[in-house]
Amino acid sequence: MSSADITSERDLPPESEASAKGDVAPERDGPRDTGLDDASLHRWLARTWRTPPGIIGALSSVDHKVIARRYLITAFLFLCLGGLNAVVMRIQLSGPRRGLIGPDLYNQLFTMHGVTMMFLFAVPIVQATGIYLVPLMVGTRNIAFPRLNAFSYWVYVSGGLFAWVSFALSMAPDVGWFAYVPLSGPEYAPGKRADVWAQMITYTEVSSLAVAVATIVTVFKHRAPGMSLDKIPLYVWALLVTSFVVVFAMPAVMVTSTFLILDRLVGTHIFNPAEGGDALLFQHLFWFFGHPEVYIIFLPATGMVSAIIPAFARRPMFGHLGLVLSLIAVGFLSFGLWVHHMFATGLPKLGASFFTASSMMIAIPNGVQIFCWLATLWDSRPVIRTPLLFVFGFFFIFVIGGLTGVMLASVPLDLQVHDTYFVVAHFHYVLIGGSVFPLLGAAYFWFPKITGRMMSERLGRWHFWLAMVGFNAAFFPMHIVGLWGMPRRVYTYPAELGWGNINFFISAGAVLFFLSFVLFAFNLVHSALRGAPAGDNLWDAGTLEWATSSPPPSYNFARIPIVTNVEPLWAEREALPVATGLRVDVRELVVSTVAEAHPDIREKSATPSIWPLLAAIAVGGTFLYSIFTPWAIVWGAAPIAITLIGWFWPKGDPEDEE
Amino acid sequence: MNQRPAMDLSGLPTFGHGPRSPTWWGTLGFMALEGTGFALAAGAYLYLATLWPNWRLSAPQPNHWPGTIVTLLLIASLVPNHILNGYAKQCAIGPVRIGMVVMSLLGIAPLVVRWFEFPALNIYWDTNAYGSMLWVLLGLHTTHLITDVGDTIVLTVLMFTHHGYSGRRFGDVGDNVFYWDFVVLTWIPIYLLIYWLPRWG
Ligand code: HEM
Ligand SMILES: [Cu+2]
Repeated sequence: MSSADITSERDLPPESEASAKGDVAPERDGPRDTGLDDASLHRWLARTWRTPPGIIGALSSVDHKVIARRYLITAFLFLCLGGLNAVVMRIQLSGPRRGLIGPDLYNQLFTMHGVTMMFLFAVPIVQATGIYLVPLMVGTRNIAFPRLNAFSYWVYVSGGLFAWVSFALSMAPDVGWFAYVPLSGPEYAPGKRADVWAQMITYTEVSSLAVAVATIVTVFKHRAPGMSLDKIPLYVWALLVTSFVVVFAMPAVMVTSTFLILDRLVGTHIFNPAEGGDALLFQHLFWFFGHPEVYIIFLPATGMVSAIIPAFARRPMFGHLGLVLSLIAVGFLSFGLWVHHMFATGLPKLGASFFTASSMMIAIPNGVQIFCWLATLWDSRPVIRTPLLFVFGFFFIFVIGGLTGVMLASVPLDLQVHDTYFVVAHFHYVLIGGSVFPLLGAAYFWFPKITGRMMSERLGRWHFWLAMVGFNAAFFPMHIVGLWGMPRRVYTYPAELGWGNINFFISAGAVLFFLSFVLFAFNLVHSALRGAPAGDNLWDAGTLEWATSSPPPSYNFARIPIVTNVEPLWAEREALPVATGLRVDVRELVVSTVAEAHPDIREKSATPSIWPLLAAIAVGGTFLYSIFTPWAIVWGAAPIAITLIGWFWPKGDPEDEE
Repeated sequence: MNQRPAMDLSGLPTFGHGPRSPTWWGTLGFMALEGTGFALAAGAYLYLATLWPNWRLSAPQPNHWPGTIVTLLLIASLVPNHILNGYAKQCAIGPVRIGMVVMSLLGIAPLVVRWFEFPALNIYWDTNAYGSMLWVLLGLHTTHLITDVGDTIVLTVLMFTHHGYSGRRFGDVGDNVFYWDFVVLTWIPIYLLIYWLPRWG
């Protein structure tokens, strides 16, 4: 489409204005929203911001809500797949010497379960929630770099497909989710399975890094006028800190997997002690990412809790500043802990003590957060609805996970239970308690915003209790079998050890827990189709995403809100102050200053484009091909370059030019 | 929800340079993550170097001359790079076009010399871990260099079309200048690690 088409389609009088300075083409001015009545404002904006119709249109979408919805659904499907892996493992382990599956398949199952949950579910889903909510909460019309955001989704999907198609071909990684060398190295892992691990990491990390940069810039530069640093909602703070952790942690795992693939494919010796390399180097690099990873999953969840509690407690969060500072402290400290995953490797004593101390220190900011949440609930009369129930579930489960974590931070105990089911129990308490329960609460909380319909409260309560009972029945006894000595990653065990009954109980709990997700899925689908209409702000919450309709229109806000308080909607009950003066015929939004959020520039946001998808195909094809030959990088360079040029080359839209 | 207009934004400019623009922050974000990747690769190299008492593992010394020439070229390129930045800020299309051509050439020149750096390492990547790390570090920076030079060339062509005549493009030139500084900056520690650390060790 050329600019001439746009002019005729959107029938603008071609006005021109003298340019400010230098050799800049004069801005073609267009109609502004000032003084426009609501109906024509809506008509203009809807036409300017819509995702084009048709299949190509859908694939070209750059609307953060559309992309986020795709991410959420895809990540939920991966949760179900990873959950099915787990159920199959639990059926095999439900009694001694079950012959349902053999060791080879079992190895693939626990590895696929681990990587699916960590890389295809937990990280993408928290980032996706942010892609949806952050632009709304900061009061802007799209995420920064919308095309990069679309690209990240396509790369993520290709990574997921790559891993699961490999699994279907019995080519899935079988070396555990952290794929330690030498097990995953060229000598002990012939075939392509370990390469699949290494490259699926590359896909998913490229995608998370892209989202992290887009999120940071959205929070820094696209906040609504007046949203100075002290008025940023806690959820947005959490996503901001998380994105920083992603930026500094994820490169470590990309370096690790690249080194591994080089060792395997072109014969480098980075991890090979026989030729001057070192196997422990792999573990250092991996856990430099791996521990922050836990916080990448956990911090957004705390943000969700901090958004849900004030809405139901009917008061602003107690200790806002304290919560922000603890989020930042956790972000920093998460980088000082990685070695606690390596206590069993015989590190120097002093080093180990340092990491024990810092592992315990991170309990302080986490404690501050829990204290603030409880204090907020304490002197209020909370309205107990499903989202809040899941927050209570989170408190309960996460505290147990934290306690066993403090136990594991002590070296002697860690050595005792290393690689047993005690550890499996611990990290599921932390991951599921610390992330999945808040996510479920968040789903009930924001579903009405996303779909415009309510979820069933009755089914929600059933879901909560089923999940609580199922989860604890499945995972609590794992602590006990762990202390009895049952190792993780075994496909069966002899009857004489007497572990049969308790394992049967665990498996029954796991099935119950899985069923709770089936109920949840039913509630989601049923409510999306038949739920009662929700209205704009059904919880009477105070942050900006509730200021617009449910579901929000493509342009998010008809006029950009002005923020005067941390809970802007509570502060301005009669009428929300808004800004005017933006163009309505092109995708215009406000760029503001980093600290004070003074409006600074009227910037154009990118228009829909198919090129991010094509670029993702080029990049994905290159990654796939590269597990077979290093020349893939050379052959892949041309299509990648072409698609990137297509992406960035201006097409004559006013959005590209000004 | 009811609304009341309380602020008029119609007078705001439509583009800004440097930290005023989101693209600048995006560029900074990518620098941060790439810089982390470089730092970790360098850390891995130092980790192995301190682990093995006979580091360099009895390989011959690398010949530093091609690397030194690349270093000098890169440092020299900073001067026209910053002159170009000044013109971009003034939105002066003529000098910016010339500056972009110069910077494209000054990007290609070190790449040509880079070609001779690999044999000058005097070891292959699959000889031992020392060789592997040298190739990895040099390879990483070369990828970095190639992508940025490619980017610069495309932007140069763009500046000669009618699309060049816009505020947004001058912002892109500014970001390109910024990124080139980063490419030069990351090279210095890698240069020292590759060519001078083995000499001390
Ligand atoms: C339906 C719920 C779940 C069940 C029943 C379950 C069950 C299990 C079991 C039995 C194992 C140990 C396998 C073995 O060592 O032999 C395991 C490992 C693991 N699980 Fe889960 N899990 C569930 C959900 C999750 C979630 C939501 C996450 C992450 C967010 C997760 C992350 C992991 C990881 C990282 C491993 C380690 C894989 C490895 O050893 O490489 N799981 N899970
Ligand atoms: Cu950890």
